[in-house]
Order: sequence, then C-alpha cells, then structure tokens
Amino acid sequence: MRDVLKLVTVLVLCAWATGAAQVEPPVGDSLPTAPAPPPPAPVTNLQAQDTENDHGHSITLTWDLSADDGAGQRSVVMYEVFRWFPHQMDVVDSLRDAISTAQENVRAFRSDLPRAEHALRELKDDPGKLDRLRFSVARPDDAAFVLTAEYAVRALEDTIAAMTEQGPIIASRIGPMKDQFYRALDQLREVHARFPENGGWRLLGQVGFGINRYENSGSKEKTAPDFYPDYTDLYYRVEAVTADPSVRSEAAQAGPVQSKGQWFHTGKKPVLLFVLIFFVLTVVFVRLAKKGTDLYVRPLSGIEAVDDAIGRATEMGRPILYILGLGTADQVATIASFNVLSRVAKRVAEYQTPIIVPCYEPIVMAVAQEVVKSAYLDAGRPDDYKEESVFYVTYYQFAYVAAVNGIMLREKPATNIYMGKFFAESLLLAETGSLAGSIQIAGTDEIAQIPFFIVACDYTLIGEELYAASAYLGREPILLGSLKAQDWAKAGIIMIALVGMISMIFNWPAFAELFQVVD
Amino acid sequence: MKQQIPRILVFIFGIFLIFQFFVPHESSEWVFEYLLDWNIIIGVFALAVGIWSLFKVHVEKIRTHKVGWQYSYITLGALLSMLIFGFTSRNGDEWGWFFVFWLSAVMVLLMIIQAMAAKGNTLMSVILAGAFAVIAVIIGAADNAWAFHFQTAEPLQATMFRRSFDFVLISIHATMFSLLAFFIASAAYRAFRARNVMATLLLLSALIVMSRFNPYLEPIFGEYLARTSNWLMNVPNLAAQRAIVMGVGLGIVATALKVILGIERGYMGKG
Amino acid sequence: MNIFDRLMQIDRRWVFLFLVILCVIAYVADFQIPILIEPEVESIFTFIDTLPKGSVVFIPMDYDPGSMAELHPMTYAIVEQCWRKEIKVLITALSQNGPGMADQALRDIADSMLVPKTYNGVSYPAREVVNGVDYVFLGYKPYPALVILAMGQDFRLPFPLDYYGTPVDSLPMMRGLHNYNDLACAINISGTNATDYWISYGQGRFGFPLAIGVTGVSTAQYYPYLGSGQIFGIMGGMLGGAEYEELADNPGNAKDAMRVQLFAHLVIIAFVIMGNIGFFATVRKRKRQQREGR
Repeated sequence: MRDVLKLVTVLVLCAWATGAAQVEPPVGDSLPTAPAPPPPAPVTNLQAQDTENDHGHSITLTWDLSADDGAGQRSVVMYEVFRWFPHQMDVVDSLRDAISTAQENVRAFRSDLPRAEHALRELKDDPGKLDRLRFSVARPDDAAFVLTAEYAVRALEDTIAAMTEQGPIIASRIGPMKDQFYRALDQLREVHARFPENGGWRLLGQVGFGINRYENSGSKEKTAPDFYPDYTDLYYRVEAVTADPSVRSEAAQAGPVQSKGQWFHTGKKPVLLFVLIFFVLTVVFVRLAKKGTDLYVRPLSGIEAVDDAIGRATEMGRPILYILGLGTADQVATIASFNVLSRVAKRVAEYQTPIIVPCYEPIVMAVAQEVVKSAYLDAGRPDDYKEESVFYVTYYQFAYVAAVNGIMLREKPATNIYMGKFFAESLLLAETGSLAGSIQIAGTDEIAQIPFFIVACDYTLIGEELYAASAYLGREPILLGSLKAQDWAKAGIIMIALVGMISMIFNWPAFAELFQVVD
Repeated sequence: MKQQIPRILVFIFGIFLIFQFFVPHESSEWVFEYLLDWNIIIGVFALAVGIWSLFKVHVEKIRTHKVGWQYSYITLGALLSMLIFGFTSRNGDEWGWFFVFWLSAVMVLLMIIQAMAAKGNTLMSVILAGAFAVIAVIIGAADNAWAFHFQTAEPLQATMFRRSFDFVLISIHATMFSLLAFFIASAAYRAFRARNVMATLLLLSALIVMSRFNPYLEPIFGEYLARTSNWLMNVPNLAAQRAIVMGVGLGIVATALKVILGIERGYMGKG
Repeated sequence: MNIFDRLMQIDRRWVFLFLVILCVIAYVADFQIPILIEPEVESIFTFIDTLPKGSVVFIPMDYDPGSMAELHPMTYAIVEQCWRKEIKVLITALSQNGPGMADQALRDIADSMLVPKTYNGVSYPAREVVNGVDYVFLGYKPYPALVILAMGQDFRLPFPLDYYGTPVDSLPMMRGLHNYNDLACAINISGTNATDYWISYGQGRFGFPLAIGVTGVSTAQYYPYLGSGQIFGIMGGMLGGAEYEELADNPGNAKDAMRVQLFAHLVIIAFVIMGNIGFFATVRKRKRQQREGR
C-alpha cells in the first residue's frame, strides 16, 4: 500500500511539473524597471526657405524651439536635421567616384609609364642599379621577401604591360561613364518630385539646444561630391533629440522647397547708393567744369616742381628717369602714373630732354611705350621718340631695383620721378637717387612707403594726391570736375562720420545700422 | 575706330563688373569667373611680350657697347638656363648628355645675339647657331637620361632647378633686401633732425617706438614706453592712416569711374 | 670743421660699418632677450590653439626670398603648431619666387615633425605628415587679386592641380573643402601688397576670419583693419615672429634675430642722437655769430 502511495505521489508530482513547464514564465527582470521616458516635444513652425543673397544651392531652415529645449526631464540637447535623398543620388555619387578614379589612374599611367620604361632599361643594362632605381617596384607583402634584379625586371615588365594595356581601356570608359553621369543628373529633378518614393532620409547635421537655425548648402559644381541641385523640390525634417539618442521627438517636416540664386544682393544697398551718389556728383561737376565754372583746387608743391625739375634736367643736359612703380597696369596708381608720364613726356619732348622709363611689368611697358610715343606726337616731335627709352627690365622686385640703381649711378639723371606703387624697394631707390645727386619727386598710395619717400625725396605726393596729379598738370576742366566730386564726397563722408559718432555717443545705433553692409 | 573700340570695351566691362558685385546669381558668377580666366591668360601672353622686350634691349646694349654690355650676355644666358632647368628633369641618377645639351642651347642663344648685334657679316654666326641647334635637338631626342616635362611638377624638384633657386636666387634676393637695413639707418640719421616742432615730434615718436620692445629699458621707464608707443600706433597713427586710406579709396573709385566713362584715357596712350 | 659739424655730416659709410660690426657681434654672442607679447599676436595663437582637430587653416605664403628672414619664422611656428595639434593646413604662394621656398619650408617642417617634442608642457609624439592628408600646397598663379576672388568661388577654379601636379579633387583633404566657407581661418603671411587684396577682396567679400603676418615696415598700415575688426591679429616683422615663437614655446630664428634687431635699433638711435647734438650745436653757433655780427 505504502509503495503504491509513493508511486502515485511521484506520478502526480511529475504530471504537475510537466504541466507547469508548459506555462510561459512572466517576461522581465527580476528587479522592477522604470517606465520608458516620453519623447520630448517636437519643434514647431519649421520653415525651409531659399537662403537670401546668394548664388543658390542653399536652403535655410528655421524653427521654434522645442518646449523641452535644454530643460526638464525630457531635456532636448540637440536638433538633428534630415533631408530626403532619392536613391538616384547614390547612382550619381558612385558614377562620380568611378570617373574620378579612372581619370586619376589614366593620369598616373601617363606620368609613370616613361619612368617605369627607363627604370627597366637601366636595370637591364646594369643589374647593380637595383637600389638606385627611381621607380618603386611592386613586391609581395612578405617581410621576409628579398628583392632581386630578376624579380624587379619581371615586375617592371608586368607593370609596363599592364599600364600599356589597361591605360587605353580605362581611358575609353571615361566618356560613356560621363554620359551616364550627366543623364543621371538630369533626372534628379524628376526623381525628387516623386517624394517619398524611391528614397530615404539622411542625416545632414546637428545643432545644439537653443539654436533654431540650420543652413544646408553645397556646391554648384556637378562634379563635386556635395553638389546641391537648384530648382529641385527638396524635403527636410527636424527632430529634437535628448541625451539618449533613441529618445527623440516626432519629426517636423518642411517642403517642397527649391533653392535658386538671387539677382540683387540686398545687403549691399548702402554701397550701391554711395556709388550712384558719387556717379551723380562726378557728372554734375564735370558738366559745371565744361560750362567754364572756375573750380578751385589747392596747389601741390610736388606737382608744381615737375616743370622746374624738367627744366633743370634740360639745362644740365642729363636725362630724366621716370619710374612707374611695381604695380600692374590695372591698378589705379599705375593708371594715374600713366597720366603723369604723358604730361612729363610731352614737356620732355618739347625741351628735347632724354627720358628713361624702365618698366617692371610687360603690360605696363606696352602701355608706357604708347603713352610716350603719343606724347612725342602731340608735341610735334615724332621722330625724336626712341623705342628703347621705354623698356622692360624684369618682373622681380629686387632685380628691378638693382637694375634701376645701376641706371641711376651710371646715367646720373638730373631728375627722378617715382609715381605709382612701391614696396620695400622705395628707400633703396630714393637713397641711391640721393647719392647720385638727382632731384626727386615721388607719389604713391602705398601708405607704408610714404614715410620713406618723404625722408629721402625732395617732394612727395601722398595718397590721393597722386590720382589728382594728372588733373593738376593738365588743368583740363573735366579732370578738375571729377576732383571736385571727390572732395565733395569726402566732405559728405566726414559729415556722416561726425553724425555717426554723435549718434553712438547718445546710444542711437540705428544711424550706424543704415550703413551696415551684409555679405 | 582705334580709339572707340577700347573705350566701348572698357565701358561695357566696367559697368558689368560694377553691377556684378551686386548680383549674386550663378550666371553673373559664371561670366565673372570666365573673365578672371581671360585676365590670367592675357597676363601670360604679356609675359612673352616682356621677354621679347628684355631680349631686344640687351641685344641693343651689346650692339652699341654701352657701359656694362658684358653683363647682358649673363642676363640672357641665365634667362635661358633657368628656362631649361625648369622644363627638364632626370629620369634616373645619370646626367647623360644633359650638360652638352644645355651648353649647345646657350651657344645657340649667343650666336643669335651675335648675329643680331654684329655690324658686319652675320653668316658665320647664323651657321654656327644652326649647327648648335641641330646638336641640341639630336641630344634632346636621343638621350634617355633626362626628359622634358611640360605639364608636371617634376622639374621643380630637379637638382639643377632647386640648386639654382636655393643657392643663387634666394641668396641674391635676401642680400638685396638686407641692403634696406643700412639705407634705413643712413636715412634715419639724415632725416630725424629736430628742425621744427613737427620734426621734433617725429623724432620723439620714432625714438619711443624704436625703444618700445627694448627689455633693458623697461626697468628704467617701466611700462611708459610700451603704453606711449601703443597709444602712438593706435591713435594718431591709426587716425592718419584711416584718413589716407579713405582718401585713397575715394581716389580709386573716382579714377575707376573716369576710366569707365572714358574721361581718363591714359592707358590707351592718349593723356 | 669742428666736432659738431662732423657729427652733422658723418659719411654714411661709417654708419654702415658700425652697423655691420655690431650686428655680427650680436649674432655671434649667445644670449636671449626677453620677448614681450602683444595682444594682436596672442589672438592669433589663441585662435589656432583652440581649434578642434581636423580643422583646416589656410596659410597663403605671399612672400619672396627677400622677406624670408622676417616671415619664415612665422610660417614655421604656425605650421608646426597646426600639425602638432592635427590641424590641417592649406597653402598657396601667390608671389612668383615664393613656391619653391614654400615647398622647401614645408619639407623642413615635415621633417621636424618626425621628432617628438614638448611645447608649453604638452608632449606631442612624432608623426609623419602626409601631403594630401595633412596639408595641400596649391602653388602659384599670377595676379593675386583675381586668384583670391576665384578661390572664393572654389579653390579648384584657379588651382585644378596642386603644386606637384596632382588633381586637387583626388586629394583626401580637399574633399568637402571648396572655398573660404569651409576654412577655420586664413593667416596671410606676406611681404607684398597681396595683404591688401586679402583684406579687401578676400575678407571684405567673403567674410572669413583673417589674420596677417607682414614685414615690419608694413605693420603700421594694417592697424586700422585690426581696429575695425576686419583682421583678428597681426604679426609684425621679426618681432611678431619672435612673439609667436615665444607663445608657441618653439624658439627659432626670430628669437635669435631679436638680439641683432635690438642692437641695430640702438645703433640707429645713437646716430640719430649724435646727429641732433651736432645740429643743435651748429644752430646755436650760427645764432651766436648772427648776434655778434649785429
């Protein structure tokens, strides 16, 4: 009986255990868990707009900050910006990379092939040159490998064969790949318009909490990796993210939006206004001058000394040395110097004094030759003009100085005229001229060199006086008129500066902001 | 017509570039970039004009035996030599016939100079120039030890170019620039005299600024020198420089407008 | 001619000789002079020091071998600081004779990176600097104003190839680097008027942070731009280079040359004072003679 009871008990226990094993245990840790944090509030009022005052290829996103921005349990620490990219962009990117790699390979073959061939020839002539080859031989990735001349010859022959065979094949593939690439680019507008089909969202960037603006821009070059298409529907999303990146708000979406270039930069309005006002002033004063109005300009001793200096040179029977400076022909100081040269050359032609004009830049030389030739023509002495009096020296600063110093010490000119752009060589020229006993008149707009000329020369034109020099020498009404316009513009700037200073003292920045230029 | 066309071109391009500054659109950018490229190309052609002018002037100097005419040979020879060094590079460690090629090229140049500068019979110079040219061409074509490279930077690392640059050009430039120190000393000695009030102020300012960073004067004058010097640089100097810069800026705008409107025609050769 | 007349009319060759002798002595004697740091140099150092790894600094080296003595120390100090901090460097050389010199300087600095160093208490391990990864040298093109404007659109416009003939697009460092907007800053080191173009055409038009290193002679004319905020720092001449070396704790040629400069200044001051003593004595003598003549 006892045995039967034991058996029944064991059977019952087994049945119970088997039955209990069928029940799914409750899921979860043994410890109680905290509830999942709720997502933060999303951004609101997300706007995507074409960026202003640019050449296109840029969209600016703005939004109102999340209610949980930087505060509270669901504190937002950053915002992530996404843009929708069609899969077509992957095709474009891979084609671009393939073309770039192919082009690089072709270029490498072209420059490496002659060197490889030369290395092979050298090695065949003299195997001892293995260590001194100027071409690195491909070898296996084995630290124990020892390069021999025979191996190097075989490797070079294989390399040359591969380059010779593969080069043209790769080159021939570039054209079709480019066609495919441009066709894929042409389809971008169409595939973007099919949003949200055949594409996905990609992270563009992140901004920290408290920031409610993001600019997505790229290159206008189609071959650039970050090419950004204009006139194409684009879609953006912004998500607010907490310290745990998996806890984030719902995405706010904006789009479609298209980027395009603007035709007027509104931030540069003050500059345009000033240019127009100055233009009007110039036209007004030039008209006044043409009508015969007497326009007073203050005398400049440097300009008045030019005539005396030319007379001195004629009496002494020594030449005049005219230096146009080290500027290029497009610089205003050089243009002003051409005008002075024209007047000086005309006087020189009248007095039949030799003139020497060594030039630093070839274009300047070409223009100077024309200027001097015309001056001789105007003076009625075309036959006296010698082309070698205006010549090119060199485009190197100190070599030019050395040459000119040599001319000064050999020819001993009576007068040296320096008009134009000068740099470190100004004192070298002026001191040497002083040693040679010449009278010196200088004019430059290079502020750093003005002190050197003042110290070493007899007369100096400072800054804008150089630009006014041609008006002084010629006394033409038109040129005097533009000079007066300059003076009035300067007076205007002084008044505005004074008013601006007073307004800032009295804490009224609105006046200064009128003149702010935004790039 | 010769006068009209440049003025029209200057007007069109000048006005366009003024307005281009205010137009950020891609099409205006494209034209601007195109013009920039053209500007650089024109500059390069102008260099060729300049080299020709240099050649002519030196040949004339040799022909008329002006003072220092011998140095003209050196100038023109150096010009050709750097040209050759800048376009050639060794393929291996051997020089091969490179120096013979170089000498032949220099001899061609010398014979051409002789032919242009000679007053009498030039036939022998021309024949010799031709002969040396043939030698140079044969060596250039046949010698594999070196090669011409026109589109890569290999010659810039080549031995002859680097040595000429590092040991000749750099040294000469540094020497010429260092002359400035001596000229400044002699100019300062001559110019800084207390002739009147303004000259005295100039003298005192110069002495203070020069002594500014002298650490051995600091125990004597304390921070006075540094502070005064900073005040001189940041107040009167700044004020004067700003005034000059503004005046220069206005002058540049005025001159540019005059050139665009055709009032200023000095660049065409007519004052 | 009495002593005062002689003082007024010292032959300039005596001035030159005295200067040479003192400069040689100052150069040969081995001592350091303390360098006082100016805020305009410190601002450049601090800017670079606080840049994160991987930033790109643009260094246009627009100077010729003539200005090398004054400007090379700045280049060496800045480029080494950038490379030690793993900041990438983009270089151009918009002066004709500059590229070869710039190339040489980059190789020298790259060689010095192969040695571990400690600067300002921070140890930097040795590392190899790779062209195309840590730096790109674009080389030279003429007409700096045009090149600066073109680079504002894209570096590839004026420089489709770098100095060594490699297409710029194939260089890893240039990926994503198109124009000035992608740079942390530009530090123009120049002995020519290229600085004017950088300020007006570069910074003025494109608005990137710009600092300059210029020759001593040109320094004064750029202070207005510092005051207006168009540039954030100036290194002026040899002294600016010495100050930067002092800040970077990387003594070089500039600090050595400062003692020569100091003594040269003292010589000039001495001659100026002598000349003025002679001048005043001569003027007094003339006035006395005039009074006696009356």
